[in-house]
Amino acid sequence: MSDLLRFTTAGSVDDGKSTLIGRLLFDSKSIFEDQYEAIKTASERRGEEGVNLALLTDGLKAEREQGITIDVAYRYFATPKRKFIIADSPGHIQYTRNMVTGASTANVALVLVDARQGVVEQTRRHSIIASLLQIPHLVFCVNKMDLVDWSQSRYDEIRNELEEFTGKLDVNDIQYIPMSALKGDNIVDRSQHMPWFEGSTLLYYLETVHISSDHNFIDTRFPVQMVVRPNTDEFHDYRGYAGRVAGGVLKQGDEVMVLPSGFTSRIAKIDTFDGEVEEVFPPMSATLLLEDDIDISRGDMIVRVNNQPEVTQDIDLMICWFDNTQPLRPNGKYAIRHTTAEARCLIKDIRYKMDINTLHRNMEDRQIAMNDIARISIRTTRPLLVDPYRTNRITGSVILIDEATNNTVAAGMVI
Amino acid sequence: MPNYQLSHLKELESESIFVLREVAAQFENPVILFSGGKDSILMTYLAVKAFYPARVPFPLLHIDTGHNFQETLDYRDMLVEKYGLRLIVGSVQEAIDKGEIAEEKGFNASRNNLQTHVLLQAMEQGKFDAAMGGGRRDEEKARAKERFFSHRDEFGQWDPKNQRPELWNLFNGRKNFGEHFRVFPISNWTELDVWQYLAEEEVPLPSLYFAHQRPVFRRDGILLADSPHIPRRPEEEVFTTTIRCRTIGDTTCTGVWESTAATIEDIIAEVAISRVTERGGRADDKRSETSMEDRKKQGYF
Repeated sequence: MSDLLRFTTAGSVDDGKSTLIGRLLFDSKSIFEDQYEAIKTASERRGEEGVNLALLTDGLKAEREQGITIDVAYRYFATPKRKFIIADSPGHIQYTRNMVTGASTANVALVLVDARQGVVEQTRRHSIIASLLQIPHLVFCVNKMDLVDWSQSRYDEIRNELEEFTGKLDVNDIQYIPMSALKGDNIVDRSQHMPWFEGSTLLYYLETVHISSDHNFIDTRFPVQMVVRPNTDEFHDYRGYAGRVAGGVLKQGDEVMVLPSGFTSRIAKIDTFDGEVEEVFPPMSATLLLEDDIDISRGDMIVRVNNQPEVTQDIDLMICWFDNTQPLRPNGKYAIRHTTAEARCLIKDIRYKMDINTLHRNMEDRQIAMNDIARISIRTTRPLLVDPYRTNRITGSVILIDEATNNTVAAGMVI
Repeated sequence: MPNYQLSHLKELESESIFVLREVAAQFENPVILFSGGKDSILMTYLAVKAFYPARVPFPLLHIDTGHNFQETLDYRDMLVEKYGLRLIVGSVQEAIDKGEIAEEKGFNASRNNLQTHVLLQAMEQGKFDAAMGGGRRDEEKARAKERFFSHRDEFGQWDPKNQRPELWNLFNGRKNFGEHFRVFPISNWTELDVWQYLAEEEVPLPSLYFAHQRPVFRRDGILLADSPHIPRRPEEEVFTTTIRCRTIGDTTCTGVWESTAATIEDIIAEVAISRVTERGGRADDKRSETSMEDRKKQGYF
């Protein structure tokens, strides 16, 4: 059985990110002939030398014209062991919001480091975003080793520098791999040029890294998406609560509590189209039927009696601001979405702005504009059922929506 | 601890079901855009799963170009009957007859672009505020940038440079009056995933996908089914051979493939080793480097 791994790559035009992705797709035979022909023709038309693999990922007209990646592009490839989804994001600071978007669902982040340049501002920024978004696994791809003569001492130097800095980050699993995406060293095949490196190749790592524990299997959380009521003769009194498990394991017979009402009941049945199942776990979609008739609606959450999220109207968040037309309004009101619940909120306080390159907390500058990261306090119109983002990425995340434009203006992580 | 691991197909299924339920919860009047191809069949099948044992709470909308394969129409009617679905048909022929749109001219004339007008009109008439499509991100480069919930302005246009960020599984379906959404529940599926899943679930499929004998002719390296709707050039000779469709669209723009794949397992084997994408036979994509993006901006699927 193969499973699904989502990873994000972030980088700028020159650090070889497109080459790396091209290499993974090419070596796993995921680039088709007509795609290859199409980008070859496009490269020639542009008068470029060789085939520009970046054209595979830069799909929009504006991106092709400007030779930059503007938006997150999703790419797919599979090996016999796993299926992979790549969220390929632009790395420039003005696209922080796209990096945050790509990082929000990733199991693994690849951060590219040019072996000639070593750790630069962008390396720090990508790592900080990976840590902030709690991507469980971080891989530093020390690329272009061919241009530093496959030097172990250069690699060690970079690795030491990275380690000094990653000590401050909140990431469990960090790997370092020296490679050359251009020459194909340590991507799919082990490098002949760097026998001193004893770790695994990038693809081997991606195929084997343990990701099923990336979900929270401890704290049972089932946000109700909708109530299923067939109203047919066959299913006359059927009342099912449809949703996707956000945490923990739910079994038939379990005693559960419904929040925010606080009523308790037992799981009578877990239903799917394919028949009843004994238990469900993240990220499965299912329909729960309870023994008692309780008033439950969208936005409520089914949890365990002795393990509940915080029920609160006062929430502290780290946010990334997305809106390019207006900054965050202190005391402003926004719509807020959390799991399947929606409410309104008031921005009570802007605590500090974080420098995304250094982690420095700036208490003076409270002007929060596009791509800024800040810590804020909000009060919501009704209680939300939240967990810290560190313990659950689903029940710990929110988005803010401007009520005038309906745009998503911020992503927030519960502290 | 027991092994709590989902196969990639089950994870994709779960994600799509979540999206379909979000659509039902967030919109007043959603609709499934049904083309008769495997992707819209998959989407419809997933919708049946998402709301079981209740019926699918939205109708199917089929934009009939008048140039469809008969097999597509038969299959559509069978599906509607089987799952008790509601079907709405928007007719390109009717719009042409009324003079609202004009038929393209020339040998490569296609009604593909004309569908956009009929689609937008059907959306307006039905007051639909969300239209679900079977688009996948692996299909085409402009689609690789598409959101699950994709906002359309009051003219039905897509603004790729100004898309709403989409994070975690929080979907923002808020809109102003007159605007609508396109939703792509199977965004993350690849062609191979679709086939593997349809095989695993034993979903019946239109006969066009399986190898059969058909009169065809060759144009620009692509095989097209001989049809009264496609004028042939003098040098284009019709011959009969064993083919199947990898995608199903209008007869005029759907290339067919020489293939002997008679079962879904044969198809999976064929797709797995294929070196050309399924849209490689779609004449509508070959009009320019960004023809899909251009069509999508105007309101195409």
